[in-house]
Amino acid sequence: MVSIDVWNASVDFPIFDAKSRSLKKLALGKVGGKIGSEGRVPIIEALHDITLSLKDGDRVGLVGHNGAGKSTLLRLLAGIYEPTRGNSRIIGKVAPVFDLGVGMDPEISGYENIMIRGLFLGMTRKEMEKRVDDIAEFTELGDYLQMPLRTYSTGMRVRLALGVVTSINPEILLLDEGIGAVDAAFMAKARDRLKDLVKRSGLLVFANHSDEFLIEFCDTAIWMDEGHVKMHGGLREVLTAYKGHDPFERISPELLARLGHSSPVLSGNGGE
Amino acid sequence: MQATSTLDHPEAPPATRSRSFKRAFADVREAWDHRELWGHLGWQDIKQRYRRSVIGPLWITISMGTTALALGLLYSVLFKTDVATFLPYVTVGFIVWNFIVGCVTEGTDVFIANEGLIKHLPAPITVHVMRMVWRQVLFFAHNLVVYVVVLAIFFTSLNHDYQISENGPVHPGLSWTIVLAIPGFMLLAVNAVWVSLLFGVISTRFRDIPPVVNSFINLVFFMTPIVWDAGVLQRVTGGDDDGGWRMLIAELNPVYHFVEVVRAPLLGHAVDWHHWAIVGAFTVGGWFAALVILRNYRARVSYWV
Repeated sequence: MVSIDVWNASVDFPIFDAKSRSLKKLALGKVGGKIGSEGRVPIIEALHDITLSLKDGDRVGLVGHNGAGKSTLLRLLAGIYEPTRGNSRIIGKVAPVFDLGVGMDPEISGYENIMIRGLFLGMTRKEMEKRVDDIAEFTELGDYLQMPLRTYSTGMRVRLALGVVTSINPEILLLDEGIGAVDAAFMAKARDRLKDLVKRSGLLVFANHSDEFLIEFCDTAIWMDEGHVKMHGGLREVLTAYKGHDPFERISPELLARLGHSSPVLSGNGGE
Repeated sequence: MQATSTLDHPEAPPATRSRSFKRAFADVREAWDHRELWGHLGWQDIKQRYRRSVIGPLWITISMGTTALALGLLYSVLFKTDVATFLPYVTVGFIVWNFIVGCVTEGTDVFIANEGLIKHLPAPITVHVMRMVWRQVLFFAHNLVVYVVVLAIFFTSLNHDYQISENGPVHPGLSWTIVLAIPGFMLLAVNAVWVSLLFGVISTRFRDIPPVVNSFINLVFFMTPIVWDAGVLQRVTGGDDDGGWRMLIAELNPVYHFVEVVRAPLLGHAVDWHHWAIVGAFTVGGWFAALVILRNYRARVSYWV
């Protein structure tokens, strides 16, 4: 059973190389986590008192201003950061797609990168070898997979990363903002695959600023603000509160038509 | 507007805390389960380093060969010893030393260098250590080629009893004891893991440690019997006693014992069991210290990098 539970978790970063003097000014700023200065080492409170419970089939959109703690929350949910206070429990195989540059070596070929990323996500070499053809087909990169990764465009890297994570049956899929860089045609393909993935009893948390992406992939949402969960509920309510208008009024007719038959879950809106 | 409904609150926090020996052991165990990952990455690192070079990883072997040759010739002249026994001695010592120095210096840097991976992909932190140690093992394997060549050339001087330095201990010569080098090296590699776990975590928090280690490691090289024979310490006393307090110069240096458990069998030296005992003690003590550090600070590494 896949689930992520977080109890009153806080994530505080010690900043060892900052002079606390200059940080006093920073603390007045509005962007970023709260900066504490008790003790000798200044601390950035990136996340504060987060309590969450996500389970099988949840598709959560993550919204908030820059520095609100979205990426940090994703890393907390991935188990990369263990909470400095509070507790967390992650059950299931996590596949994060955060920074596309990381875990990919620009000097080696696309194939090699697929292999390494797969191994990092807990696959064996044999399992990955079986999937390589499937990934090659899905990413449509063809002969480019023989080329070193440095010759790839951003969109091509996104394709590769998405190809790997969607091929390995991750139980928990965590996506950060970067994946918006692919073209519409590929997105349509990735959408089908991601939807398929979520259907196969996965859990998706997706940080994005685009209404269209969120409406397409998510049914609930979390609004992060200054390291707190400001609101957690149905996608429509949260987006309306966050953006100040109902996003469903502005989406394109095509998207609406597509959602009409592919995603009936939106009408529920209240979570579950 | 607070919309977090009661439904979203999980019942009770679990008892498992992130600071426990259970989690520390789990980290090491999971890293072992990931051996395909670090095995692949270690190879990749070597291939990467010599990508687009014509002879590739053979450079590792060549540079070791030339260094060993030059040092062996120079020091055999300086110490007035027989090059046929001294050159193999320096070669093996230097190969083992290279492994140790690689593990220690890269070990202090292991988490700092892998910052990106640590922050973006959830994996046990020991994975990064295993990758680094595995890479060093592969370097070592490349360097062993030099040993094999040297052994082939000087075999006739090593297959009977010999002395490296005048009045020094008499070595029995190559025999079945050469296989003891295998457990010796395995112990060395096991120690490399705790050393880089321990120093890696500490260095991630205190960034002064890597430069300190880097500047002292050269001193350790000269203090360790690698280009000089420990038997020399006996010779200065004219062979009247067993070296007395001078032997402490070597004996108090833990690196000497680690070098010796691998080097002695490879050269047909008498395997002195006190080296094994000391290395064993270091293995137990070091792993205990590393596990304590891992227990307390494993979860902090991703915050510190």
